[in-house]
This record gives sequence, C-alpha cells and structure tokens, in this order.
Amino acid sequence: MIRSELIQKISDANPHLAHKDVERIVSAIFEEIVMAMADGRRVELRGFGAFSVKSRDARIGRNPRTGESVPVKAKAVPFFKAGKLLRDRLNGAD
Amino acid sequence: MSDGTITRMDLTEAVFREVGLSRSESSALVESVLQEISDALVRGETVKISSFGTFMVREKGERIGRNPKTGEEVPIHPRRVLSFRPSHLLKERVAAGNGA
Repeated sequence: MIRSELIQKISDANPHLAHKDVERIVSAIFEEIVMAMADGRRVELRGFGAFSVKSRDARIGRNPRTGESVPVKAKAVPFFKAGKLLRDRLNGAD
Repeated sequence: MSDGTITRMDLTEAVFREVGLSRSESSALVESVLQEISDALVRGETVKISSFGTFMVREKGERIGRNPKTGEEVPIHPRRVLSFRPSHLLKERVAAGNGA
C-alpha cells in the first residue's frame, strides 16, 4: 500500500469529505510526527507503535570503495518500535 | 528539546487545525489512518508512505534461544516482525533537527 492508496481508502470510507481534504489530513498526521521527531520528541501511539529518536555517536567510518577512513559526526536517527497489539495481530492473535 | 511525548491527541489537534472538522471526527480520522496501515501490514503488505518511510513485515524462521537466567534452551517459533525504514527526507530532518 502506498500513500495514495491509503488516502483513497480513507476517502472511500468518508464520502462526505473532499478528496483534497483527505490528502491534507493524511499529510498533517505524518507532518506532525516528522516535526515531533525533528524536535527530538517521542511519538507514542498505543497499540500501533512508537517513533523515537536515537543518537548515534561520532565514529570513524570507512569508504567501502577506497578503504579510506572518514570521520562520521554524531547524529540523531529516527526509530520505530511496533506496539504490542500490532505485533500480536501480525502473528495471528486477531 | 525532548519535552513531552506526542500522542494521538496531538495528531488529532493537527488534523483539527488543518481542516474544519470537529475534534471527534478528527480523532476518528487519525484512528482510521492507523487502522488502515495496521490492516495492510497484517495482510502482509508493505506500506510505503512517500517522504515518511516504509513499514514492512519480515518473516523470521525458527531458531533456538536460551533462557539467559537458567541457560535452558528454548525454541523461538517462526514469527512475523515489523520493521520501519525511514525515508531520506525523514532521516535528514531528524538529523538536522528543528533548531529549537
């Protein structure tokens, strides 16, 4: 399923809403999650999962082609952990 | 920085601000977006949200684990796990931060 298919499903289930508005709604949801993570915040959606930001220390990387050492700066990376309900559903506890 | 966890309530508020719907309808829409994504994953589909990331289900085979306390060997049954691959955009925005 891709973004446009998700929008279509929500749109089909809500015929009173303009398709354009559903697009804006779906974008607003993801944008809110992205903004929160860019702020270093955690996004906790019970049953679904939690998005969080992990910090990676600076390290010495290596250019795989040349074998040359290159310093890699410390950085923040996005992380997602599935919630218990979704994990259980994936394994047939529906 | 990391002051306060974001929850469904904040997502509902974001939808409420974006379109002129009631809070309860905004809340129901947030729920149905999460539900549609979950249902697709349970069906075994990969869910790809452009400029956000990709959720995918991976099958793990059976392996022998060990109870770390007793040292006893226990089989870990085959199972399905969910992984999330953030898009380049998401990685860049998280790495750059909001400059707060």
